[in-house]
Order: sequence, then C-alpha cells, then structure tokens
Amino acid sequence: MGRFVDLTLNGFTYGVIYAAVALGLVLIWRATRIVNFAQGALATLTTYIAVSLLDRSVNYWLAFAGALFAGLVIGALTERVFIRPLYGKPDLNPIVVSIGLLILVESIAGAIWGSGDRGFEPAFSQIGISVGKTHLEFSHFDVFVLASVLVLMVGILVLFRWTNLGLRMRASAFAPEVARLLGVRVGRILTTGWALATFAGALAGLLVAPKVLLSPNMMDPILVYGFAAAVLGGLDSPLGALVGGIVTGLGISYVGGYMGSSMETVGAAVLLIVVLSIRPEGIFSRPSARRV
Amino acid sequence: MLEIDRLSVAYGPVRALTEVSFEARDGSITAVLGANGAGKTTLLRTITGLVPAKEGSIRYDGKEIAGLAPEEVVRRGISHVPEGRGVITELTVEENIRLGALWRRRQPDYQEAIDRAFALFPPLESRRKQSAATLSGGERQMLAIARALAAKPDLLLLDEPSLGLAPLVTAELMRIIRELARTDGLTVLLVEQNARSALSIADVAIVLNLGRVVASDKAAALASEDELRHRYLGF
Amino acid sequence: MKLPRWLRLPTQPLLRHLLLAVAGGLVLYVITLSVSQYDNLELAEIGWYAIAIAGLSVLTGVNGQISLGHGAFMAVGAYSAGLMMEHFDLPLIVPVLVAVGAAAVIGGLVGLPATRLKGPYLAGVTLALAFAVQDLPNKFSSLFNGDQGIIVNPPTPPGTVPAERWLAWITLFGAVVGMVILANFLRSRFGRSLRAVRDDEIAASAAGLNPARLRVLTFAVSAAAAGLAGGLFALWSGIVSPDSFSLFLSIQLLAGMVIGGSGSLIGAWWGALALVYIPEWTQNVSGHFNLSAGVKANMQNAVFGLLIIVIMMLAPSGIQGWLRSLWSAIGRLARRSKGDSDQAVAPLTSTPSPERISP
Repeated sequence: MGRFVDLTLNGFTYGVIYAAVALGLVLIWRATRIVNFAQGALATLTTYIAVSLLDRSVNYWLAFAGALFAGLVIGALTERVFIRPLYGKPDLNPIVVSIGLLILVESIAGAIWGSGDRGFEPAFSQIGISVGKTHLEFSHFDVFVLASVLVLMVGILVLFRWTNLGLRMRASAFAPEVARLLGVRVGRILTTGWALATFAGALAGLLVAPKVLLSPNMMDPILVYGFAAAVLGGLDSPLGALVGGIVTGLGISYVGGYMGSSMETVGAAVLLIVVLSIRPEGIFSRPSARRV
Repeated sequence: MLEIDRLSVAYGPVRALTEVSFEARDGSITAVLGANGAGKTTLLRTITGLVPAKEGSIRYDGKEIAGLAPEEVVRRGISHVPEGRGVITELTVEENIRLGALWRRRQPDYQEAIDRAFALFPPLESRRKQSAATLSGGERQMLAIARALAAKPDLLLLDEPSLGLAPLVTAELMRIIRELARTDGLTVLLVEQNARSALSIADVAIVLNLGRVVASDKAAALASEDELRHRYLGF
Repeated sequence: MKLPRWLRLPTQPLLRHLLLAVAGGLVLYVITLSVSQYDNLELAEIGWYAIAIAGLSVLTGVNGQISLGHGAFMAVGAYSAGLMMEHFDLPLIVPVLVAVGAAAVIGGLVGLPATRLKGPYLAGVTLALAFAVQDLPNKFSSLFNGDQGIIVNPPTPPGTVPAERWLAWITLFGAVVGMVILANFLRSRFGRSLRAVRDDEIAASAAGLNPARLRVLTFAVSAAAAGLAGGLFALWSGIVSPDSFSLFLSIQLLAGMVIGGSGSLIGAWWGALALVYIPEWTQNVSGHFNLSAGVKANMQNAVFGLLIIVIMMLAPSGIQGWLRSLWSAIGRLARRSKGDSDQAVAPLTSTPSPERISP
C-alpha cells in the first residue's frame, strides 16, 4: 500500500512536469500546426544556462528566472530563424527541421558543458516527508514542482481567457486570416506562442533536472512522455495537456514501479499506439472537423 | 476616396482581374456586381492585401496601399467583412467584437466603438457572453459587420452579406448599410450576387465579367439597362 | 535530356532496374577489389546505411509520412538475425530473411495506427519506439543478454578472399538486391496505387483503392528494408547491443535521407556516403585544429543537425534533387526550346508530382 501511495505521488509529480512539456507542444501546435520535437533540447539548453549562472554564484532564484527568461528569448528566436521560412511548406518539413534542431542544440550543449551527467541543486529538500508514522518518498521539492506547474497552468489560462494578448492568440490559432483582417499582427503572435511554449519547456527542464541528472539528452525521454501527454489531451487543449500529463505520469510511474524502469519507455510507446489507434483526436478533446 | 487604377491579379497562370479601374467616393455606396467567378471576391481580397496585386495601383486617401499586409490595411481605416462572414465561432460574441476594435485600444473612444457596435444590432447585445457558434446565419452576418464597425473604419468592404439570408433579413441589412453611409459618411464597397437588392441601396455600381469591368454607372442607370441586366446580373 | 535510343535504358521496369543494379554492382565490385581492407569495411557500412535510408525514403516518398525511429526496425532486424545465428547454424541467407520478416511484421503492427495518422502523430509514435527498443533488451535480459548484447560471428569468406572484402560483398549485394526489390515495388501496380492515395486520398478511395491497407503495407515494406539493414549491420558489427540503436541512429538515418534527397533510392546512396564520411571528416578536422574533447565528441552530430536544417530550408530535395535539376538544366541548354519538363520533386518540397520516386 505504501508503495502504491509513493508511486501515485511520484506519478503526479512527474505527470505535471510532462504536462508542462505537453503545454509547450500544445501552444505551438495551436499556433502553427507544428509539433516541436526540439522542445526538450531547448529546455536542456535553458537548464544549462541556469547551471552556468549558479556556477558563477548567482542567486538561486535569479538563475531560475534567468533560465525561464532565456526560454522566452530562445523560443522567439527559434520561430523567427528556423520556423518562419517553413510556413506554407509541407508539414513534414518543420518536423524534420525540429529534429535537426534537437540534435544540433544537444550537441552544442555537449560541446560547451560536456556530455556527462551532472547534478542540479533542487530549490527545496528532496528528502521525503513523514506524515504521522508513514514516511513518504514525496518531498518538499515535489510540492514545489506541483505548485509551480499549477501556477504556470493558471497563468496560461488567465492569459488566454482574460487578456487582450490571449484573445489575439486564440483568434490567430482558430482563424489566422480573419485575425489579420481585424488587425492582429499574426506573425508576432506566432513568435509569442513559441516564446511561451519554450518558457513552459524551460520550467519543465528546471523541475526535472534535480530529479534526474542533467545531461545534454536529459529531456529526450521527457519529450516523448510530454508528447504522449499532449496527444492524450488532444494536442489542442492546454487543459488536456494537464490531464494528459497526469495520466501519463501515473501510468509511467506504475509501469516503472511494478514492471521495472526499463518498461517505462515501452509503456509510453504502447500507450501512444493504443490511444492513437482508438481515438486519434485524443481522449479528452471533442473530435473537431477542423483537423483535416 | 478609394482609387483603383488598372489593377490586375493572377493566381499562377490564371488571370483573375484584368486592368480593373474605378473610384469610390467618400460616403458613397459602390456595388460590385457580376456572376460567380467574375473576380468580385478577388477584388476585395486584393484591396486588403490578402491577395497580391500583379500590376496597377490601389490608392486610399491618396496613398498607395497595394502591397500592404492585411493587418496594416485595417490600420488605414479599411475594414473587410469576408465572404462567409468569418465569424470566429470558438470565441464569444463579445470577444469577436472586441477583437475588431483591439488594434485601436489606445484610442480614447475604444470602448465607445464597441458599445456602438452593439447598439446598432440589439440582438447581439443580449447574447454578448454566448459562443458565436450559437448564432443564426443572420445574426452571424450582423456580428461580422458589427465587428468590422468596431474598428471605426472609413471604408467598409462587404463580401456577399446577403448570402444565405432570408429576404426580409437581407432587406433589413441593406437598410442598416444605407443608414451607416448616410449618417456616418461611411464609404461602402458592396460585393453582391444579389444585384437587385444591392442596386436598391447603391449610389454607383460596377459590373465585372471574367475579371474585367464591363459596365460602370450610377446604380439607377444600370438598373434600367435591360440588356446588361439580363446578360450579367440575371434579373 | 534525350539520349540516343541505343544509350537509353529499357523502359520495362524490372529489366531497367536489373540492368542498373548489375552495372552498379560491377562498379562496386571493382571498387572492393582496389581499395584497402579498412575501406572495404566502410563500403560495407555504406551498404547497410543505404538500404536503411532507402526504406525510410520509401515511407516519406509514397506515404508522405515520416519515421523518427527507423533505427528501431533496424534493431528488430539485427536482434532477430543475431539470435538466429547464435542458436542455429544456418546459411547466411536465412537469418537475414528472418530479420526482414520480423521487421516487416513489427512495422505492420506499428503502422496500424499510422493508417489514420497525419505526419506529426506518426513522427511522435516512432520517436517513442526509438526509445522503447533501447530498453527492451534489458527487460528481457536472458534472451537479449542486456547491455552486453549478442556476439555475432563474422561470416567465413570462401578461399582467399579477405574477411573485410567478403563482408563488403555481402552487405553491398544485400543492399543492391533490396534496392531492386524496392524499385520494383514502387513501379508495380501497388506503387502506383500508393502514389494515387498520397496525391489525392479521396479520389483514390473513390476509385476503389483502400488507403488504410496500402499505408500499412508501405510501412511494413519500409520497416522490412530497415530490418534488412539491421541484419546486415549485425554481420558487419559482430555485436548487437542496445547501444547501437540509440535515438541518434534514427536521426542519422533521417539526416541521410534529407542529405541524399527524400523519396529517391539513388539519393539513399548519397546519404549513406555522407553518414560514413562526415564523421570521419569531423574527426580529422577536430584533430587538425586541436579542438577540445567535448567539441570533438559532439561535432559530428552538430554537423548532421546543421545539415538537416540548412538542406530543409534551402534545398529540400537534397543531393539527388540537385543532380536532377542540374541534369535537366543541361538538357534544357542542349535542346533550348523543347518543353519537356522532367523534373522530379522530392516529397519534402511543395508540389506533389506523380513521378516523385524514381530509382
């Protein structure tokens, strides 16, 4: 029973991290109908930026914020430099470019910071909390993980629902041509979307790095789980990303816990194949006529 | 004043407009008539920059606007209600209208423009918070026009506003359009297949056929030319 | 450019492909005789890379889909062949055929959801597969021997043929035969149906074709080619372990396809050349400029990443596409005015063309 509780809490914690990655994928998918497979690599890059700042004895939270800000900038630059020239091209082209970017960014990170693993200091203790007599694996840091992804999700929700920028983003996603006729500078909105998505990815990187070790390909499996989460949630909905992330997190945690950690990636692959065979539009989204 | 001079447009090798020239004076309603495929929609889309012009010029208030992006054209005071209305059904009624005014949100009369758009079409007011997907065809057309007006344009481009509407609704819509031109000095370019109702409110009209202007005159004069009516306007 | 009639290749596909294969095989044979043993090993490597890239290229070319995990199907092939050779003493052809079959079956299974999926979804699924296949050998350690992997004894050459040359012959022969089969597949009624589905699915279904079945079949064929590559890889490397089938193998195959020109079987050979010689070149460069170990270790992947991006943005039809446009430019110059457009457009460009795949 204790093990089940631990696995569940662990699944939740990892699940929200996958949700942050999924949110990034969803934001970009909504805006540009592209799956950004480089998202994980970009998050690794921003995490290394945090590490570099910490190595120069910058204040922890300043380094944290610096990495998030770097995410915004790197996301915007990526859209402007690599993705913008591909609009209107067949949809395989941006996929291939994002894969090229993945390997390029990871090898640059490897060249600068070395290919080996290194630790990343957590913001709070990673020692499990005791509730009464039961000792959990769930730690203060895990609470921080849950809280920060919650803040991110609420922030995105508020942005979309109640701000002018959010209104523009939704309009550009649903009807880019009409949005332009109404004076929305859609190009800038797309750049903003990529910036926000990479910001979400950067947060995921900062949260996962203390739990696994930081290395250039740290985010590769996380990206796959995040993709599974996004697909589960319908790839179109930020809320779906959250639910999909938690479901994926729990599933992977149980599979890893009861069948051995080498089954985690297998579980993700099987999950994706099964979900896409049964409901390609995702579990939590209504089928939409728009996805042709 | 909108001045279009020898405007040509092509989709690849297919010519859509050939040397189209006309003017639309401030405060007037110009009907653009013609059969399906005559180039009416292309004309509007070229004015707002959705389709690039191949040759010729489009001047508005004396300045060239050909080559501007759609989001910039709207900032010159030109609002385009696209064919099929372009209501964003994933947004609420109010969000649609706010979006139309959004680019001028720093103007002092920003909120006033939104309120006035609602005042013009009372049925929309009561459904502010509803999803635009719940509106009927006529209401969607109203919303699309209200949204365009929320941008406080000087020139309104309307693409087939009567499409799919009941005759009574069409008549009401035409009345409102005429009202806007009379009282606000709004210039209107009205693309219509329904030539009869367009001519009933237009000051001048041009007739397009296969991308060329085949007639251009006062609306009343055109309506009385039987031969032209039969050949191009179908009534 | 129109050649004189006696210089033109026969139009009958099988004959044409066989002629090309025999000519290519002869050239390769002469090369294997005249280069060093080390070079022969590299030729063998080119062989298995080429057939793997060709498989990927067929998928992209006729299905308009992309696989980010084709290394996984190579792993299926390599492990099947390796296990066969470990447990039974059979002629070489048997384990290689088993490798092809196993990969085709797994490919068909994975391809099932692919029938309804657009590019990005399938890309994600295959990416997940690339990871899963690395972890499976550890889960079933007793069968696959975990991280250590399976040792494969090198094939014994007949007579005085050096082992390296023999290996080059085997892999190149396998690759060329595989290419001929792929080329015929694409030119068959099946291939035509596939292209019809890719270009206009609705019209194709209306004409009585079953797009779903055709897509699964292509996916299986594409995976089978990767399986063949895996089987040849097992012979070439002498060991089959999870390390060999990392995500980077799949990305390298993708890079090879992009560099050579997606959708083209000849392009697959250019891609294979690039995959073998670029790492060597980056080693030399980093040695020459005394670059740090970190840069040295990562340079090859950085170059592949950069090449993928640059080619996709500037010349998405790759080397083969470039050669084709060069060829037709020469043709135009030679003829000046005759309006015979013979350009082949790779699927990663913009307009679909009925003759995208031509071997």
